[in-house]
Amino acid sequence: MTDWIDIGTLADIPQRGARTVQIGGEKEIAVFRTGDDQIFALVNECPHKKGPLSQGIVHGHSVACPLHNWNIALKSGEAQGEDKGCTPTIAVKQEDGRILIARPELAKVAA
Amino acid sequence: MEFQDGSSPVTDSGDDILVPMDDVREHLVVVGNGMAGCRAVEELLARDAGRYRVTIFGAEPHVNYNRIMLSPVLAGEKTFDDIIINDRAWYDDNGITLITSDPVSAIDRTHKSVTSQSGRTIGYDKLLIATGSDPFIIPVPGKDLPGVISFRDMKDVDVMLAAAEAGKAVGGGEAVVIGGGLLGLEAAHGLSLRGMKVTVLHIMPTLMERQLDEAAAWLLKSALEGRGQTILTGADTAEIYGDGKVEGVRLKDGTQIPASLVVMAVGIRPSVALAREAGLDVGRGIKVDDHMVTSDADILAVGECVEHDGNVYGLVAPLWDMCRSLADGLTDRHTGYKGSVTSTKLKVAGLDVFSAGDFSGGEGCEDIVLRDASRGVYKRVVVKDDKVVGAVLYGDTADGGWYFDLLKRGENVADIRDLLIFGQAFASGGGAMDPKAAVAALSDDAEICGCNGVSKGQVVACIEKGACSLDAVRAGCKASASCGSCTGLVENILALTLGEDVQSGPKTMCKCTSFGHDDVRREIVAQDMRSIPEVMQKLHWSTPDGCSSCRPALNYYLLCALPGVYVDDQQSRFVNERMHANIQKDGTYSVVPRMWGGLTNPRELRAIADVVEKYDAPMVKVTGGQRLDIFGIKKEDLPAVWADLNAAGMVSGHAYGKSLRTVKTCVGSEWCRFGTQDSTGLGVKTERMTWGSWMPHKFKIAVSGCPRNCAEATIKDFGVVCVDSGYELHVGGNGGIHVRVTDLLCKVATEQEALDYCAAFTQLYREEARYLERTAPWIERVGVDYVKQRIVEDDAGREALRARFLFSQQFMQDDPWAERAAGANSDLHQHLDPISIAAE
Ligand code: SRM
Ligand SMILES: Cc1cc2nc3c(=O)[nH]c(=O)nc-3n(C[C@H](O)[C@H](O)[C@H](O)COP(=O)(O)OP(=O)(O)OC[C@H]3O[C@@H](n4cnc5c(N)ncnc54)[C@H](O)[C@@H]3O)c2cc1C
Ligand code: SF4
Ligand code: FES
Repeated sequence: MTDWIDIGTLADIPQRGARTVQIGGEKEIAVFRTGDDQIFALVNECPHKKGPLSQGIVHGHSVACPLHNWNIALKSGEAQGEDKGCTPTIAVKQEDGRILIARPELAKVAA
Repeated sequence: MEFQDGSSPVTDSGDDILVPMDDVREHLVVVGNGMAGCRAVEELLARDAGRYRVTIFGAEPHVNYNRIMLSPVLAGEKTFDDIIINDRAWYDDNGITLITSDPVSAIDRTHKSVTSQSGRTIGYDKLLIATGSDPFIIPVPGKDLPGVISFRDMKDVDVMLAAAEAGKAVGGGEAVVIGGGLLGLEAAHGLSLRGMKVTVLHIMPTLMERQLDEAAAWLLKSALEGRGQTILTGADTAEIYGDGKVEGVRLKDGTQIPASLVVMAVGIRPSVALAREAGLDVGRGIKVDDHMVTSDADILAVGECVEHDGNVYGLVAPLWDMCRSLADGLTDRHTGYKGSVTSTKLKVAGLDVFSAGDFSGGEGCEDIVLRDASRGVYKRVVVKDDKVVGAVLYGDTADGGWYFDLLKRGENVADIRDLLIFGQAFASGGGAMDPKAAVAALSDDAEICGCNGVSKGQVVACIEKGACSLDAVRAGCKASASCGSCTGLVENILALTLGEDVQSGPKTMCKCTSFGHDDVRREIVAQDMRSIPEVMQKLHWSTPDGCSSCRPALNYYLLCALPGVYVDDQQSRFVNERMHANIQKDGTYSVVPRMWGGLTNPRELRAIADVVEKYDAPMVKVTGGQRLDIFGIKKEDLPAVWADLNAAGMVSGHAYGKSLRTVKTCVGSEWCRFGTQDSTGLGVKTERMTWGSWMPHKFKIAVSGCPRNCAEATIKDFGVVCVDSGYELHVGGNGGIHVRVTDLLCKVATEQEALDYCAAFTQLYREEARYLERTAPWIERVGVDYVKQRIVEDDAGREALRARFLFSQQFMQDDPWAERAAGANSDLHQHLDPISIAAE
């Protein structure tokens, strides 16, 4: 059993943008690419009212939720500033231009 | 050369100075048309306007201007005209003879006359010397090369601007600023904003060592470096080299820094040569008593050139005190100058810095320090024997005035010592750090504007007399009219005194920049910037790629400035504009196709009905904008939905955009028994002309067929009310959170004119409103008279606006839905391949 799943290439995701991956038919994971080409993966739900984070504006290493503009740190999933809440994150890594996502962590958030 | 005694009724020998034969008033001659000289005359006029006949000699070619504001002129934030304090009319109205470009070269005390460089000799009864300071030039080889300048007057700024302009040809050009004090850093900031690569050389180990302690200086240095300047401390200049012009600077350690411009800003010396040659008593400056009288009873001196009680000053606040005492003395009110304690509240290169008193520490001094690294704030208050003796603030200077007040009054702070560092709001027991509460707590005699010595009581009095905007306060009592660092305080006093009715000044765009919206827009055009990263780079954004406030604004400003050229940045748009649909709370989208002027037909209705069924849309609704809204569409299905709607001839309704939304109409003359014109037809034409246009905020139009106004045209951004004799055009209405009824712009006779005015008005709004400012607040800010002047009174201007609007519309009217339906940006709509987490 492999611990890392290949989900695509860097070029599949727009810079300062995100794509979504569906797991187990239900949950959605948002995979972000920042201005400096780092990749982060989070459950595609804002801790506030479940806004689809993948549709927000990506700036620095944060994303502004499209529904009410909370700012979520991509690395920790924590809401920034005055807002409180946290979205689960999933480990990702880049290898030879491919993006790999951690299976055990996916299993945990999907559960 | 002959001279005349100013008091004798004869014509002066100077060719352009005609003294009326019957003017028997005493003659006051002022040497120096700078800040102190002119202020002294202003103070005199305020006390006794007719008492003296006044002649002013200026070495510079200009009228009196605000020297402090040379930095904003260099930085491109102001023009020379903006910084004029007294224009020609002021001299004329007050009967003052102004002689420019002609410095006084000698004083003859025996005959009481002065002689100028060009040979004019003029008699005086009272002579006022206000020659200011001379920049200190360090005596290194090469100091006289062309391209080596100081930073003192408009001429220096012109040289810097020319160097920056010439630098453009070589990708910016390089400049060296010698001196890391206020002036040097201001010069460096301006030059780097103008695109030059700047190196600051400072001989001391830390910047601005006279105003800042080490920690604050370090914060300042790293902030400036973060904006792309190179700062070398402990840098000792050995030589300026170059063949016939500056080519660079060599340091004592051998380092060579190439440069086409060298600005020396290492300090100033009181300009005393004239006084010394005349035999006046001169120390570091021209010695004066408490009434600014020199060792000659008929000669006074004021400003940076004087020494009072052993002190010389280099900031304007003490000079204003001097000018008051001087004018009192000249009008027989002997108040007397007692010296000044100075504080420095500055914006250095856009960063807030404050210092006052003695912060060098020493015997018996205790330091109270607060650091907030994430906000970039540093505060240090020095207390001795339970009294504040010094303060240094960096990043947040709001409490500077309060500390300075405590310091000057020598108040005992033992009781509030623990809370002192958190500022006035806390220490006074308020608890809440509300700037308004802090200002409210200030006593009436607390000083608000240090530059002009204006107290809180005076500002309040000025507001109560009717000044209800920042500009009006500036004009009325001079508070915030010099360096501007007390602007925030004055705005808070305005807010406190007036409640809601304040017109506040521009704010910065967001936390990523120290520029306001208007500055950014102007620079985009002035520097011909073409992309968001370029703007962020050139205007020193403090974040790597902005935030969700500034990115959409910049995208819009560039789009508006460069129609057809700028490539829209999808990732800088809010979700709705990126997806061309409105996101709903469950993450699905709603789809609103355009229905021109609210008209529809069976084909369109059928297509909508089909879409609702085919995609299982849970709801379809008639909107308040006279069209239909289909709800609950998934992002994956959007392109297919659009393809179906396109097939029936429908395009995007931009219900999601900061753009033209709807044009509401009523039935009008075609059917209605009251209709005066074809309001439906005009609505359709208007929508065809304006659709697709991106705007600072959403924009709604309506056309009503008669004053019964069934289309609600008087709460729209642009509204037309048809009447028998033509079309009333209304602007600036808003039906949302704050309902605002439109202002009547004008009345026109023909449909074509209504369309032309609409295009011109829309373009004016597109070019001049700030992002996310709807027409209603924009018009409240600029005034409807301004809009009338641009659209109604200026025919050529209106025509040009209209032409620019139509030109940009050529690039805007491609249906975004059709592009997406044809496959553009498909990754925005599709998921990556789904995965299963079960082990393979
Ligand atoms: C659909 C509609 C309500 C309806 O079912 O009738 C509607 C729906 C929304 N309005 Fe509205 N407004 C709708 C007509 C209006 C009107 C009436 C009109 O246009 O005559 C107004 C008052 C008139 C005005 O704008 O001056 C109106 C004033 C607002 C405001 C307050 C604007 C303001 O300047 O104060 C907002 C909030 C905003 O824009 O920031 C808003 C915001 C919204 C948003 C976009 C809220 C949001 O951000 O999600 C809603 C989107 C729902 C969607 O997905 O479509 N909506 N909204 C109407 C769509 C009109 C259309 O066909 O495009
Ligand atoms: C770029 C810059 C930024 C500054 N920022 C600040 C700030 O933020 N806050 C602050 O408090 N201060 C600031 N200052 C300092 C402030 O401008 C001075 O303190 C103030 O201008 C001094 O006024 P003054 O009338 O004594 O001298 P000046 O304003 O220099 O006026 C003297 C005038 O006399 C003329 N003159 C000299 N000799 C003769 C002669 N023989 N015959 C005729 N005319 C003559 C000169 O050409 C000059 O025009 C700044 C200065 C500069 C240059
Ligand atoms: S009034 Fe407008 S914004 Fe408010 S709930 Fe209704 S549609 Fe939404
Ligand atoms: S759901 Fe994300 S901010 Fe409200």
